[in-house]
Amino acid sequence: MKDQKNIDVMEKTSDQKEVIIEIKDLYKSFGDHKVLDGFHMKLYKGENLVVMGKSGSGKSVMIKCLVGLMQPDSGYISVLGKEIKNLDRETLDVLRSDIGFLFQGSALYDSMTVRENLEFPMRRHKEKFGNIKDTTPLVMDALESVGLAHTIDLMPEELSGGMQRRIALARTLILKPKIILYDEPTTGLDPITSKEIIELMRNIQIKYGTSSLIITHDVDCARVISDRMILLVDGINYAEGKYRDLIQSNDPKIEAFFKK
Amino acid sequence: MKIKTPNKIRQSINEIGELSYFAGRFFKEALRPPFEFNEFLRQCYQIGYRSLTLVLVTGFIIGLVLDLQSRPTMIQFGAVSWMPNMVGISIVRELGPVITALVCAGRISSGIGAELGSMRVTEQIDAMEVSGTNPFKYLVVTRVMAAILMLPLLVVVSDAVSLFGSALIENIKGNVSFQLYFNTIFDALSYTDLIPALIKTFFFGFAIGLVGCFKGYYSKKGTAGVGVAANTAVVMTSLLLFVIDFVAVFISNIFFDV
Repeated sequence: MKDQKNIDVMEKTSDQKEVIIEIKDLYKSFGDHKVLDGFHMKLYKGENLVVMGKSGSGKSVMIKCLVGLMQPDSGYISVLGKEIKNLDRETLDVLRSDIGFLFQGSALYDSMTVRENLEFPMRRHKEKFGNIKDTTPLVMDALESVGLAHTIDLMPEELSGGMQRRIALARTLILKPKIILYDEPTTGLDPITSKEIIELMRNIQIKYGTSSLIITHDVDCARVISDRMILLVDGINYAEGKYRDLIQSNDPKIEAFFKK
Repeated sequence: MKIKTPNKIRQSINEIGELSYFAGRFFKEALRPPFEFNEFLRQCYQIGYRSLTLVLVTGFIIGLVLDLQSRPTMIQFGAVSWMPNMVGISIVRELGPVITALVCAGRISSGIGAELGSMRVTEQIDAMEVSGTNPFKYLVVTRVMAAILMLPLLVVVSDAVSLFGSALIENIKGNVSFQLYFNTIFDALSYTDLIPALIKTFFFGFAIGLVGCFKGYYSKKGTAGVGVAANTAVVMTSLLLFVIDFVAVFISNIFFDV
């Protein structure tokens, strides 16, 4: 693969782990501009994988292709053993209930209260909860997980940016997903709130046993949360490995990521 | 010098194609369960009830103005006794539906365009999609259905207050009783005036809801995109209303021989 310097420092044991997400040869262009140029990755069960890249490097495009929000030009994407391309709308919606997605701007429904925001995804997936009528205990459980049970009847506009991010996280948790995709989870937050969010992500992974794919350009976030990292440059996996190994690299492009 | 017209024509044709596809998707999704009944009722309230004041005021003023403007000419031709017939037919057949639809296009279509555009920009629509909920069904189908149902009701209300407005002027200026005025209007009106006028209002409602949703749902990124969505929704809906009106009048002339 052109210009690719795969620093494969993955432990051999990871090959024996269950693959949750697999992407092979992913290509996506907008006009003449190539955004993804043969990207590939694997996410293993229980793993926190961080994909780092500059703005416009194709991180968000990749994550949107992963959940079917965007169609790639070509490539193979498999989530929980199902190839996204071959799924009909119904099956894709069921699969999506196993994938939580935390959007960069939280994306809370601003015409709904916090309770309604959390109940909204449950309406479509009632069977997952045994068709229960009273959803309050589930909503409260998700809100307690993010430490915001008291905001249940507030509107999103009454919450701070950090609180909105936590509510959005609670909304992803309500469907008990197996995978959580984080799109720039700390962007736009002050350093203290960012730390709180990172801590929360860690706790959620421990409590719910989820696998996480984190898209970020926040080095501190990557350092704390990542089990493994992929550096995305010009649409390809420029480097891959653990944080402690990548930070020691002398490659100028890799060094540029970690310079403060 | 570059000639830009063909490009613009191509863009317009593309947009018509996309709007037609959007309309096709609406019918497909509208007929397939689950139905978002609660959201539909909420939209009926938003589109119908919350447009009521505007429609009442506009309708009343149309009735007043139409009577005031026509009265001197009718007196000049010695046809003042035909005032109720002229006003009744004008309002019920054309002015009531078209002006109410245009007023609603300004309020409803732009409102829907801005609301959905803002939801698109802030990734709320994407968030619905990834949670496995069909945003098209929840956001578009409910709004278009509510517009289809509410617009005829708003037009009926608008017609009624317009006729009352003109009756008020006749009562003050011509000393004509309300009873005589309305009796003359109802004598002059027939089902061939009412039914085609009412049928076309369903299409007006469809156009208002559909274009607003189309512009908002496919709004481009950024806050500027929201403004453009709201603005172009009104322009496109207004144009579409006149086209629908022309087609409706043309067809009703064939079928009802009016």
